[in-house]
Amino acid sequence: MSMSAFFIIAVLLLGFLIVFQIAKASEYVAVLKGEKKTFEQNNRINGFLLLAFLILGLVGVYWCNALLKPKILGEAASDHGQKIDQMLYITLIITGIVFVLTQVLLFWFAFKYQYKENRKAFYFPHNNKLELIWTVIPAITLTILVGFGLYYWFKITGDAPKDALVVEITGKQFAWVYRYPGKDNTFGKKYYKNINEAQSNQLGLLWDDPASHDDIVTTEALYIVKGQPVKLVINSRDVVHDVGLSHFRMKMDAVPGTPTTMWFTPLYTTEEMKEKTNNPNFEYEISCDQMCGKGHYSMKGIIKVVSQSDFILWRAKQKPNYVQAFPEKSPSAATPAPAADSTKSAKPAADSAATAKK
Amino acid sequence: MSNEAILHGSEVSTHEAHHDGHGEHHHHETFISKYVFSMDHKMIAKQFLITGIIWAILGGLMSVLFRLQLGFPDATFPWLENILGHWAKGGKIQPEFYYALVTMHGTVLVFFVLTAGLSGTFANFLIPLQIGARDMASPFMNMLSYWFFFMSSVVMVSSLFIQTGPASGGWTSYPPLSALGDASLGSKTGMDLWLISMALFVVSSLLGGLNYISTILNMRTKGMSMTRLPLTIWALFFTAVLGVLSFPVLLSGFILLLFDRHAGTSFYLSDIFLASTQKALPNEGGSAILYQHLFWFLGHPEVYIILLPAMGMVSEVMSTNARKPIFGYMAMVGSIFAITILAFLVWAHHMFVTGLNPFLGSFFVLLTLLIAVPSAIKVFNWLTTLWRGNIRFTPAMLFAIGFVSLFISGGLTGIWLGNSSLDIHLHDTYFVIAHFHIVMGVASFFGMFCGVYHWFPKMYGRYLNNTMGYIHFWITIVGAYLIFWPMHYEGLAGMPRRYLDYSGWASFNQFGGLNHFISIVSMIVFAVQLLFVFNFFYSIFKGRRVKTENPWGSNTLEWTTPIHPGHGNWVGEIPEVHRWAYDYGKDGREFISQTEPISANESEHH
Repeated sequence: MSMSAFFIIAVLLLGFLIVFQIAKASEYVAVLKGEKKTFEQNNRINGFLLLAFLILGLVGVYWCNALLKPKILGEAASDHGQKIDQMLYITLIITGIVFVLTQVLLFWFAFKYQYKENRKAFYFPHNNKLELIWTVIPAITLTILVGFGLYYWFKITGDAPKDALVVEITGKQFAWVYRYPGKDNTFGKKYYKNINEAQSNQLGLLWDDPASHDDIVTTEALYIVKGQPVKLVINSRDVVHDVGLSHFRMKMDAVPGTPTTMWFTPLYTTEEMKEKTNNPNFEYEISCDQMCGKGHYSMKGIIKVVSQSDFILWRAKQKPNYVQAFPEKSPSAATPAPAADSTKSAKPAADSAATAKK
Repeated sequence: MSNEAILHGSEVSTHEAHHDGHGEHHHHETFISKYVFSMDHKMIAKQFLITGIIWAILGGLMSVLFRLQLGFPDATFPWLENILGHWAKGGKIQPEFYYALVTMHGTVLVFFVLTAGLSGTFANFLIPLQIGARDMASPFMNMLSYWFFFMSSVVMVSSLFIQTGPASGGWTSYPPLSALGDASLGSKTGMDLWLISMALFVVSSLLGGLNYISTILNMRTKGMSMTRLPLTIWALFFTAVLGVLSFPVLLSGFILLLFDRHAGTSFYLSDIFLASTQKALPNEGGSAILYQHLFWFLGHPEVYIILLPAMGMVSEVMSTNARKPIFGYMAMVGSIFAITILAFLVWAHHMFVTGLNPFLGSFFVLLTLLIAVPSAIKVFNWLTTLWRGNIRFTPAMLFAIGFVSLFISGGLTGIWLGNSSLDIHLHDTYFVIAHFHIVMGVASFFGMFCGVYHWFPKMYGRYLNNTMGYIHFWITIVGAYLIFWPMHYEGLAGMPRRYLDYSGWASFNQFGGLNHFISIVSMIVFAVQLLFVFNFFYSIFKGRRVKTENPWGSNTLEWTTPIHPGHGNWVGEIPEVHRWAYDYGKDGREFISQTEPISANESEHH
């Protein structure tokens, strides 16, 4: 053990010893001074401390806000995120008022009604009117909050618009994989038992299905378009993950066997955010928000929000997964690929049976 | 034997006297029967409390270790390797071990400390004493309840020492992660031990809970109608009801998980390909979400299992020390009841972002926010109890006031998280950590401290040292706010839970300084808890002696027993009860014991 650890332990022990001696001595003093006098003195000190705690605490709350508010992520970068921020402010105002009111009453009453020798406590066992007031007022306030909350909730979780860009995102220990449907705008079928990383098929695409041939699979970044709604179809390959998009204020679990979805419209390109945040290295990050194993803390993805034209350019440059898996069958190698029988070890899944064969 | 006395006691007092004489003179207690396999509810309570304290030290120490990593992500601590071996290779806590630490910290604190240590202690100690019974309905089951808890503890501790380490999938242990040893080291043997330990814990909790319920319903002394019960008993009663109805559901979830782990079933597993083995699993058609439903069907009531006893004790201590009746007794009982019912109807608010049907989610929003109504009633009633009182700030009373402050702070952020649209952003971030540590963790600890300081004289016939109590209170409340208040901001930035290092993240690494600060404060607060532990054990043997039966001037029955009550609690007849527990300050009298008959010229109360 290092010197500093010994030092810390020694200081702790010494501190304990001192506190213990003081505590013991104060007990003897109490006997000498008379228990009543000691009690009254302690009571006054603690009453004062309660009031001091209230005042310093409220100052602290204000100061903490001034210090830390600039560190939260600024304005939301999606339309849904803006709604969530609005809801957040409504809730903050209502709960903030209740917080200050009740904490002030609590500590003020404690201070004001501390023990006095000649004070008589007021026998006040109940009062129906008061109880009715603090049943009804919270109920009304909460109804308001529920109303706003559900209004936003249904807007956010409602169906994605028809023109939404659909991208599939799949979590695995400990990375994200993105899939675009390609020119046909249709995702090819996949089956998890077809997954074969050695053969560049990390999602288990069924090559029997021609729709899979132009699907783009990438781990580089999730490209989406500013101003265009994007619908994420979320999958997991192993355990539960979660697509956490703190700048967009969005989040949805990735559950193996049960695809989920979420949609939003990004408002600023990555480049615009670099200027807004004064940070030339700014990136939208995808954080995994559901405990998924030892690499959970490092399971990061990047979202690039780009303009429509940049997006088209980017997509044109991507090689379909099919081509990566079978370089010899790339369109540049002239003959169109016969799709069947190329699946190697894959068992034909129920849904692939329906796939039309050439 | 003493139960028999209660059943016949009030009619045949000679019979009872005979029993007491018997108990005092002829019954030979050995060390084993008195301290180990004791059937005296008071001794069992102490066993729960001391086991809980040991667990709290361990659980707290775990948090100190992972705060070391969070606060000093770049530093190495070579001495850690001396203690922990390969878990801290090169003086750095390894990711697997970090996750084992957070998992164990959560499991230990939620179940072993704040359920067994809190309910186990105070339900055992207070129920017979405050309702006027010689012991529990079944002292034997009560003893078993402790020993099942003990076995559960042994199994859980043993999992810390196995090669692959303890469970590390979070205290919620969601499958598939917790089902597949190939997905995580902690999901190998450690997870099996976790499940076995938790199963034993459920048995312990059920044995205890059934006993508490039947004791409260059947064994109240003469005159102790339900509406004359102290609020502690009401709270402990509903706590037991919650546990009895929800723990079996948790157990069922665990059994299915065991089947998935070892019997090749697919309750929770579907479409899984593991990168570590490069193999696809055969399981298809299971639902990982099913486990979450089963888990949270206990998991949410569990929050109230932890919180209600604290609320009950706070009500009792606050009224006693404000020298004023608790305000709105019936409203307090009604709100505990409402919380109990609602506790069963809100579990899916932990699952808003699992892909749950949004329409279904909306009902859970409504029911969740409804809980704020009974909670608000309780807060305002506590405030009114203080109003125009004549307050004595004993350490117990300070912890009671601190409890209310924390309950307000943490309760209000519950309104944020319970609203599904906000939960989308805040779910699984530090906002959640801040929320539940304040409202459930620290607040319930305050309730527990409040109970320990208040009833210590009854437990051991000595007082805890006051000065150490005050130091303990002030550093703990200031420290708790300093640790958890700023975490709300980290959560608002979307900073996820269960990360051991944020330096790779542009969105979250701005909080490095704050994490550093929080870690230092949490170590100070932990050290002060050790001061309390020292005070506790020192005072058992050397504390100032209690010289009167009723040192706090309290109305409830436990203070009518001798300073050192034997097994059976009262010498002679069990006192009869004539009034409720809260006649403080009535007709100009400071307090009127429940055992005092209502006199002819006494003013009426409610």
